[in-house]
Amino acid sequence: MSENFEPKIIGFMCKWCTYAAADLAGVSRLQYPSNIVPIRLMCSGGLEPSYVIKALKEGADGVFIGGCHFGDCHYQTGNYHTNKRFAILQKLLEEMGIDKRRVRLEWISAAEGIKFARTIKEFVEEIKKLGPNPLKKEA
Amino acid sequence: MAKPKVAIYWCASCGGCEEAVVDLAEDILKVVDAVDIVLWPVAMDFKYKDIEAMPDKSILVSFINGSVRNSEQEHIVKLLRQKSQLVVAFGACAHLGGIPGLANVSNKKEIFEIAYKLTHTTVNPDNIYPQPVTEIPQGRLTLPEFYDTVKSLDQTIDVDYYLPGCAPPPDLIMKGVETLLSGNLPPKGTVIASEKALCETCPRNKTKPDKMVIKEIKRIHEVIADPEKCFLAEGIICTGPATRGGCGERCINANMPCRGCFGPTKEVIDQGAKFLSALASIIDANTEEEAKKIAEQIIDPIGLFYMYSLPTSILRRKQGV
Ligand code: SF4
Ligand code: SF4
Repeated sequence: MSENFEPKIIGFMCKWCTYAAADLAGVSRLQYPSNIVPIRLMCSGGLEPSYVIKALKEGADGVFIGGCHFGDCHYQTGNYHTNKRFAILQKLLEEMGIDKRRVRLEWISAAEGIKFARTIKEFVEEIKKLGPNPLKKEA
Repeated sequence: MAKPKVAIYWCASCGGCEEAVVDLAEDILKVVDAVDIVLWPVAMDFKYKDIEAMPDKSILVSFINGSVRNSEQEHIVKLLRQKSQLVVAFGACAHLGGIPGLANVSNKKEIFEIAYKLTHTTVNPDNIYPQPVTEIPQGRLTLPEFYDTVKSLDQTIDVDYYLPGCAPPPDLIMKGVETLLSGNLPPKGTVIASEKALCETCPRNKTKPDKMVIKEIKRIHEVIADPEKCFLAEGIICTGPATRGGCGERCINANMPCRGCFGPTKEVIDQGAKFLSALASIIDANTEEEAKKIAEQIIDPIGLFYMYSLPTSILRRKQGV
């Protein structure tokens, strides 16, 4: 594995919380790696598991999912669904021979810019340790 | 006027789709009357070389069942494609990869080891495995080459229409045959079935509570299912919400939950992921621990979510094997 492997991470983030936290991290000038490609969702509960699988299949080294803390969902229950889908998806990915550590779910509120920056940093470190996604098509 | 020529061919299949043709009962006589069958290995004696000798596109339609898992199947379906105006993927295996497609959790080496070495009834001290070519004093023997990955028909050749199901039910087969013979062709790629999910026509749909919530996942052999109630609402996995309708609710009427043989509806790209999503939404779990616990109750997620569609799922096969 090359020393300077820079993982590509797709981030599916709820606009009411984690996406806003990313904005906050930005305006607060917090340092975090630029490996994440953010995709804004109306709610983490709108994330179809097939999007995550597709991202991995297309060669994303990691997939990050950010939703609101329990009790804070703008639509009441979206994040509860995310939680359950994530648990089953993790089990499926494992059976499919994909390292489930490549997909991470975190609850980050709009006020938690610091948590956002820290989480992304940790996740990028972890993916660097895991190395490139073996599904990545040969360049 | 000469009758239109029709071919029926099988690839990696169980024979059930052939049986489904025979199950047309008296209707089969109508079909046989209307067409000239030029290839049907299970029922009639034709030679591949007769097909090779035919002009291109001289067959009106080839009905091909089974998934594609070896070089002979690949060769013949490519030949039939060349000789046919239309190709119909007949049944779940040709359409989605089907049950043989579950072999995509493994590979050729593992499968051969089990089949030719490890089964209790096999004695193979010299480790002899089938080879594509074997030279013997009398000459050269050949066998089709077995592939690592099972494919659906449209991952091998261009397909015009799909007749879904394990096996396709007689009314849809007749509808398909009549439509194709009428010359009034539907748009290419049409799946000859319903456009809606199975739940919409399921007689048990009306028993669904307004808000479905299940606390545990039950397996059908562990319970005695109520013959009237929606399986899912009872916690018994039923893939109806993520499966195309049109089968006549055959399994449901036999008090068995749906396993998805008609494949996904048009807008869905991955039947298993879609069902996973639908199932998760009705589970009663409010913490990460509770969600994990219920996920653990899904014993065989690949076999459950992709029973018929692993080769046509986004991932197509288990990775790293
Ligand atoms: S989940 Fe199954 S039993 Fe319930 S309505 Fe749908 S197809 Fe019928
Ligand atoms: S109920 Fe489901 S598995 Fe049974 S025939 Fe219909 S689509 Fe296929």
